[in-house]
Amino acid sequence: MSAKQTKKKPAATTVKHTAKKPAGTAVKEERQVAARLIPIYIMGKRYEVPEGLTIMKAMEYAGYILIRGCGCRGGTCGACGTFYRKPGDYKLQVALACQKTVEPNMYIAQIPFFPANRAMYDFAGLTAAPEEVFKLYPEMFRCVACNSCTKACPQGIEVMDAVSALKQGNIAGAAQLSFDCIQCGLCTSRCFGELAQYHMFQLARRIYAARIVPRAEHLAGMVKAVNEGKYDRSLDELKQAKEDELKKLYQEREVEPMAAGEDWKPKDTRYL
Amino acid sequence: MSLAYYPGCTLKTQARNLEEPAVASMEALGLKLDELPGWNCCGAVYSLADDDLIHQVAPVRNLIRVKKQGKTKLVTLCAFCLNSLKRANLLMKEDAEKRDTLNSFIDEGIDYSGEVEVVHLLEVLRDEVGWETLSQKVKFPLRELKVAPYYGCTLLRPREIAIDNVEDPTILREFLEALGASPVDFPESTRCCGSYQVISSPDSIAEYTRPILSSALSHGAEALVVTCPLCDYNLARGQKELAKKQGGFREMPLFYFTQLLALALGLGPQICHFELNHGKPESLLKEKNLLSQVESLQLIGGKE
Repeated sequence: MSAKQTKKKPAATTVKHTAKKPAGTAVKEERQVAARLIPIYIMGKRYEVPEGLTIMKAMEYAGYILIRGCGCRGGTCGACGTFYRKPGDYKLQVALACQKTVEPNMYIAQIPFFPANRAMYDFAGLTAAPEEVFKLYPEMFRCVACNSCTKACPQGIEVMDAVSALKQGNIAGAAQLSFDCIQCGLCTSRCFGELAQYHMFQLARRIYAARIVPRAEHLAGMVKAVNEGKYDRSLDELKQAKEDELKKLYQEREVEPMAAGEDWKPKDTRYL
Repeated sequence: MSLAYYPGCTLKTQARNLEEPAVASMEALGLKLDELPGWNCCGAVYSLADDDLIHQVAPVRNLIRVKKQGKTKLVTLCAFCLNSLKRANLLMKEDAEKRDTLNSFIDEGIDYSGEVEVVHLLEVLRDEVGWETLSQKVKFPLRELKVAPYYGCTLLRPREIAIDNVEDPTILREFLEALGASPVDFPESTRCCGSYQVISSPDSIAEYTRPILSSALSHGAEALVVTCPLCDYNLARGQKELAKKQGGFREMPLFYFTQLLALALGLGPQICHFELNHGKPESLLKEKNLLSQVESLQLIGGKE
């Protein structure tokens, strides 16, 4: 996490929340909220932070200004991969800083990025042949099945099993096992064989989606019908409709029942 | 009845012609091969360095996953996988110190001390099905097919993991006899094909394979039967090199033992994937009238 530490000193016993009011209201509201402070260690330095904060918010509370390694703050972008350990436990733990709340005596280190070479390929020229993936990522055969990658995955993916699937030419299996991958790179950081798991899996998912999953034929048919103007007239009618008319149409529309079978059809079949 | 089954990576890509006929044949024999969930590489080559435990992790992890399934036996098809799994298993049985180190590193939640028995499919056919029962289930005896049984190294060496007599193995010959074929014994049947040596010295492949192929040919073999994808690869490439180097050298078809099994059980040539074989096996089978038999039975049975 590229971070600048400001000179701001954290409050010792209370948390100050300064609620911002819209411009014009010059009232500055200051609430004193009692919150228990717990010690955490960021890059080895001790800070006391309010419990209940996420690791990311705790770092900001401690004075870090995060300009990288803090993407979505919603657990999906993979920018805030974090390792931590607690005293008395040799196990290395992983988390996403934006998701995990702080625990007393965590020693925290951010791994916002981990170098791994992504193979260059012309996707249009790739089929679903396993040998193509082997050629692009030959280092996958250096895997010794140590399973450190799986232990390092904050998404709970069976990373080693996905590597095994890929080695076995099972691209679909690798794509499905790695579906939740957010490419944080923590697996890669722990790899004994220096594999680039998250790039390999991305390639597997691309191949799976483009070459293995059957095409939805009805979709192509529908796109063709739309392009040929099948719905032009009814869309024009809607565009010209008055607001009241639109509201009425919307409120009276026929909704597909939750438990509709595959053969369900609306009463009005003009638009099918 | 089902058996825990370990395929191995090559069987899922280059050697589907070893796996698919085996799976179909065992189903026909009433012993379903049940693929081990979450299997990984067998380790490929058993590491001989005394302190190189990291390369035992892959095979041992597979064995632990068999134990987790509540199974006590694991069937392999590839001779190389058999070798590395069986030797790693032996290590877990016999070396308490290394066993503890491996168990604590592998961290799969249960400890392992060699409880799973690793066997080769040939052993299942010999010991559980039995040659006599097998020969009774044969629908198309492979009559007059002169096949030389080639063992290579990994089914038999080292002695502690051998599936048969190390010096004078007979298991493949008995297997071929049960299928009605005419096995051709030859003295080089356990000679090394060159194994992974051919990666570091690719030019040596012809010299490694020449004694094996010449000996089989001179004893009257029309084809070789193999159990290992690496033997298959080396022998096939060796033949090609020899044919280039030496005019008049006859290339012969290489069969996986499972292909002959499926063919004899009447499962048809499609499941055998002969298109993946080296040395045009189908023309030999046609010549011996072994494909037309199967096809005609399938017509009678109303199958495509």
